[in-house]
Amino acid sequence: MTDAYIVGVDMIKFGRFPDKTVPQLGAEAALMALDDCGLQIQDMEALYCGNLGQASAMVGQRVLQEIGQTGIPVVNVSNACATGATAFREAWASVKAGLYDCVLAVGVEQMGKGLLGGAGGKTGIPKEGLLGSGTMPAVFAEAGMEHARKHGTTFEQFAKVSVKNHHHSTLNPKAMYQIETPLEEVMNAEMISYPNTKLMCSVNVDGSAAAVICSESKAKELGLMKRAIKVRASVLTSDPWQERDLVMPDVNSCTRKAAKAAYEMAGIGPEDVDLVELHDCFATAEILHYENLGLCGDGEAGKLIDDGDVALGGRIPVNVSGGLLSKGHPLGATGIANIYEVSTHLRGEAGARQVEGAKIGLTHVIGLGSACGIHVLEKAS
Amino acid sequence: MEVKPLPAVPYIKIPEEGEPYLEGYKCGSCGATFLGERATCSKCGARDQMSTTTLPTRGKLYSYSIVYRSFPGIDVPYISAIVDLEDGTAIKGNLINIDPDPASIEFDMPVEVIFADALGRKDQEGNSYLSYFFQPAS
Repeated sequence: MTDAYIVGVDMIKFGRFPDKTVPQLGAEAALMALDDCGLQIQDMEALYCGNLGQASAMVGQRVLQEIGQTGIPVVNVSNACATGATAFREAWASVKAGLYDCVLAVGVEQMGKGLLGGAGGKTGIPKEGLLGSGTMPAVFAEAGMEHARKHGTTFEQFAKVSVKNHHHSTLNPKAMYQIETPLEEVMNAEMISYPNTKLMCSVNVDGSAAAVICSESKAKELGLMKRAIKVRASVLTSDPWQERDLVMPDVNSCTRKAAKAAYEMAGIGPEDVDLVELHDCFATAEILHYENLGLCGDGEAGKLIDDGDVALGGRIPVNVSGGLLSKGHPLGATGIANIYEVSTHLRGEAGARQVEGAKIGLTHVIGLGSACGIHVLEKAS
Repeated sequence: MEVKPLPAVPYIKIPEEGEPYLEGYKCGSCGATFLGERATCSKCGARDQMSTTTLPTRGKLYSYSIVYRSFPGIDVPYISAIVDLEDGTAIKGNLINIDPDPASIEFDMPVEVIFADALGRKDQEGNSYLSYFFQPAS
């Protein structure tokens, strides 16, 4: 099987764009990714398009209606917050399988403000606040409190994740926010769902990101290997049965399963990874994934954040983009935006937030319900 | 004539005589228990091995969050709790009759399942509902 390479990748600056349509936002990132490698829409043999909010509305085709209706196959993908990563993986798989030599993956989302989740069923009476909470801040708070019960993780340790990621985003011009949030400010912000305060919840933003993936022979033929990023591993899992997962969605086992498979596929271990973009939809979630991804041993996540190991300049920088907490979390775009971030570091083009000498990076997303997508990326050459 | 309330969720059973209870389904092959009716076990995949079981009314608090921000019209704060019932079945609901403060809430604290009106919520036809809650037990 051929190796697959990212030859072009980009994202728009995340923000709120109520005057634009979803296809327009997707088209913007698609053109930026094409420009990143100097290719045209006519060079693309297929499009894999991820979007949640308009999952039944042919977003991929409407992106092409914005940038060039070449008649190529379009696959529209929806997989909760793993949507972007799933679209990317489908694109990658099509190249690995030898179906195509050059394809485009787009992730795009336009978000409203406010709480996600907890809408409940359509019959009878509303269950939110009656049978606990289905809102995302509460669900991820419960997952964080599970870590607290096992390992004594504190509110302050969860809050430190948010301090770190907001700090990182001050160095990322494409992040929604570029503001420092000191620990007291994070801990004293409005409590949404203990232990997640408002500053410990990801930001609902509009955004899009896109990647052009080529086979090795095509990338060489086009002279695009110099900035190409090799996809060393692409893994997607669903949630294996766990004793509580039907009432308490489990983001741990699917991540552990995916991480194990990804490290095996890439032939590396977590110690070989230079930077990680992981799914910090809530500050509590990031703590869990340090251990789930093997960045530290079980029970050591609190110490990892206390010691600054996961900050820029630390042993294993996590979410130097600012993460979902501050860069923003446009659901369908997030998985490809993470790939853009890691690729940019591997290319040595990340400016003020560059992880020096980064050779291998890992991206991770979780779609609650659950899906986990992990990609291991490495600079080609 | 007294009108019987409806169950807030299908796994609340309200018999003609006696107390309401929670109904689970237990897999005859691997022993996993589930809330609500199902034909196939999601743990082991066994088909047609499910039988009903009356779930215990006591358990322990496994995890929780104190919810301060919810949708309009929903009273906050309240405690969203995950409870392990005595037979191992996990169930989610509101933990009541305790201060919504992390200092008052202990992991593994014993709780009991109680049944009460669903916070006054009614459906479009005006029907009342019976729900379950958790409260601290001794």
